[in-house]
Amino acid sequence: MAGLAAAFGSGAMTNSIADIAQADVILVIGSNTTEAHPIIALQIKKAVRENGAKLIVIDPRKIKLVDYAHLWLRQKPGTNVAVINGLMNVILEKSLADEEFIANRTEGIEELKAILPKYTLEVAERISGVPATDLRQAARIFAQAERATIIYSMGITQHTTGTDNVLSIANLAMLTGNIGKPGTGVNPLRGQNNVQGACDMGALPTTLTGYQKIAHDEVRAKFEKAWSCRLPKEAGLSVVEMFEAALQGKIKAMYIMGENPMLSDPDITHIEKALRTLDFLVVQDIFLTETAEFADVVLPGATFAEKDGTFTSTERKVQRVRKAINPPGKAKADWEIICDLAKAMGYEMGYSFPGEITDEIASLTSTYGGILFDRVNSSGGIQWPCPSLDHPGTTILYQDKFARGLGKFHPVEYKPPSEEPSEEYPLILTTGRLLFQYHTGTMTRRSKGLEEICPAGPVEINLEDAAAYRIKEGEEVILASRRGKIKVRVNITERSPQGTIFLPFHFSEYPANVLTNPALDPLAKIPEFKVCAVRIEKL
Amino acid sequence: MAQVIVTINGRRIKTEIGKTILEVAKENGIYIPTLCYEPRLKPYGACRVCLVEVEGAKGLLPACATEVTDGMEIATDTVTLYEIRRTIVELLLSDHPPNCLVCESAGSCELQDLAYRLGIEEVRFKGEQYEYKVEDFNPLIERDHSKCILCGRCVRICEEVQGIKVYDFINRGFETVVTTPFDRSLTETECEFCGQCVSTCPTGALIDRQRKFKGRIWETAKVRSICPYCGCGCQIIIHVKNGEVIGISADVECGVNEGNLCAKGRFGYNFINHQDRLKTPLIRKDGRFIEASWEEALKVVTTNLSKIKTKYGADSIAGLSSAKCTNEENYLFQKFMRAVIETNNVDHCARL
Repeated sequence: MAGLAAAFGSGAMTNSIADIAQADVILVIGSNTTEAHPIIALQIKKAVRENGAKLIVIDPRKIKLVDYAHLWLRQKPGTNVAVINGLMNVILEKSLADEEFIANRTEGIEELKAILPKYTLEVAERISGVPATDLRQAARIFAQAERATIIYSMGITQHTTGTDNVLSIANLAMLTGNIGKPGTGVNPLRGQNNVQGACDMGALPTTLTGYQKIAHDEVRAKFEKAWSCRLPKEAGLSVVEMFEAALQGKIKAMYIMGENPMLSDPDITHIEKALRTLDFLVVQDIFLTETAEFADVVLPGATFAEKDGTFTSTERKVQRVRKAINPPGKAKADWEIICDLAKAMGYEMGYSFPGEITDEIASLTSTYGGILFDRVNSSGGIQWPCPSLDHPGTTILYQDKFARGLGKFHPVEYKPPSEEPSEEYPLILTTGRLLFQYHTGTMTRRSKGLEEICPAGPVEINLEDAAAYRIKEGEEVILASRRGKIKVRVNITERSPQGTIFLPFHFSEYPANVLTNPALDPLAKIPEFKVCAVRIEKL
Repeated sequence: MAQVIVTINGRRIKTEIGKTILEVAKENGIYIPTLCYEPRLKPYGACRVCLVEVEGAKGLLPACATEVTDGMEIATDTVTLYEIRRTIVELLLSDHPPNCLVCESAGSCELQDLAYRLGIEEVRFKGEQYEYKVEDFNPLIERDHSKCILCGRCVRICEEVQGIKVYDFINRGFETVVTTPFDRSLTETECEFCGQCVSTCPTGALIDRQRKFKGRIWETAKVRSICPYCGCGCQIIIHVKNGEVIGISADVECGVNEGNLCAKGRFGYNFINHQDRLKTPLIRKDGRFIEASWEEALKVVTTNLSKIKTKYGADSIAGLSSAKCTNEENYLFQKFMRAVIETNNVDHCARL
């Protein structure tokens, strides 16, 4: 998000999901698409099988998509910038860059050109472990495609160098002119049904709706008038910073709606301490989650099936959510609870139906300006930006110009992850999702069939590591990092590379985030879930 | 696309080259029965119930697999076609268990609908009936081969759409069955339990086990909504009976998913009516949660937040909104934190 905002002027999927079918080359990096976004994976497979698109997968794990790939680059976790810089260096050396696009649509190419020559194939190979021949081939395939799309997800962003990774991807797309046309683009896949919407709505410490900056006087003035209030000017704290501030005694109370940081956030031991330190905690959720256990007050909310409103999908599409049943017992739709709470605190939020809120959002947000509730209700969804009622919505961003005018190249140097394997902690731990489970499991683990198919499973350890540690299939071992220890069962596999352990973070039986490193990307404030140093202790 | 003119049952229709007779007929409200046809799949032409008469053609042509040509004259409802369709369906029924009474697919079964439409009260052919064991070794998909009509839709959707190919035909003639490699149970195959096979099966041969005996299709209210899992934004249809969500399906004709869903989207709905759902506000007293009314709970919240705000300032309070909640709720949440609490300490799990 922060990376794309710097390069293009705003952060979201540039193209649409259906558009993937039109690509000649698909580069998937840091996305286990078949498990985390299965329906988007169908589009990728279709493009490969039916349209003859070439798929390049860059991932340390032998994910399912590798079976469909023309080329698989298995980089060491945390070395994405070195890989992409290596690719770009080949593209420049072989004069495969799209000079016309660079000249007309971008700025800053000289700064990028200045740093690339040192990322020779040999250097890129030494850092990333990807053979030079594969890098050269990938660069040629990508650059020679008429339409190439890049698809990425948390494997790119959940690093202390997450913003650098995203900037590198933006560089690669601009260098080859793969922006603003069908079958191209820079496409981050959002992991939750409405994470795009939550960001668009300003559930962020520095922006209001549509990424309008809270620091700007005219923005605040507009909202102060509409909301009849005074708005604070200073940037707020991001999620990981909030817990840090709680430990320092600066945050005294928290209101948590539909989130479960006790499983989802890095270094859970730390989170637990922070939650215990709070003077007051309110949790609003559908179950008594691991986090709700620490609350002073728990408010019963509603599932998606019990309320009306809209979600915004990863392709910027605002779609209608319809109430099918009533919430159980005294539980209420979350919007009603917030209204009641505001009223109890002396601020009137007198909405009788969510559609009134949708229309208020449209009146304050240019990208959502034409997205009125009735329109969403009677259509199959509208993709923002949609500034006015007669605007059809936008399937492809930046067709003529970027949100910031010219696209900006950023020279990005490779930086190692904040924690590298050491003598004491010689292995790398990387975390992620499984097909049958979802996030902290609040929903899937209570869906009996899914849980039966995929109960708390084992951690993936490479064949050679297992041999080195003399571990047998199914054996229980201790995984330890600088932050904590958990007991896990072992699955010996070749899916994870030698020296790297993969652990899903869904399961409270062995919470992966006891081990993970809360070190943040300095700009995006995303923790480094994808790399931390661990060791195996035999029982 | 080049325009062509065809005649169906005497009606002149302007259409485009590249479309099949079936597609043109459907677009113009002309009924042609189908069993092996499925819009998500390539034409297959196996079941022969969509046969039509085309002037000048040698024999009858399958409407699903024949593209229109200029001047084509097509008949879809002649006596000959009726007799052929009737015979085909009767032959299928001769080896089909007559237990529609308790079959999960009654009401949504394409074979049942076709038999009704053709008025088949009695099957003329009495032949051998095959009996198979029902596969129910997994909690999600139940396979009953005795109800299979060998249309190959499950075989094809798994291969063409899902790219997996868990199923194929084995044996020949009357012994032909659809099964997995080495006849293993689904849990022992590459199956991803997306349930695409269930979604395309025209009969009760493949069903959502979780839904079994939970309610008839005609008893359920169907509400269009959006899947609550990842960010794809798949359009779903929620099936409701007596205030309970008993199933999820998708509409082939709408949404980015075009009728497709994954395991979570199709089968991950039991949490909604789970017994552990929070049903009342809770207040912690002496280390234990006590059930409370909304008035009591909101009073405790407002009193404490106000007290802390007065004592330590607005920035001593922080809020986490939710990527699971609607746009409207996220908007209200940040509005609440900013306008009421007066802090910008608001975030959600986008980074996690």
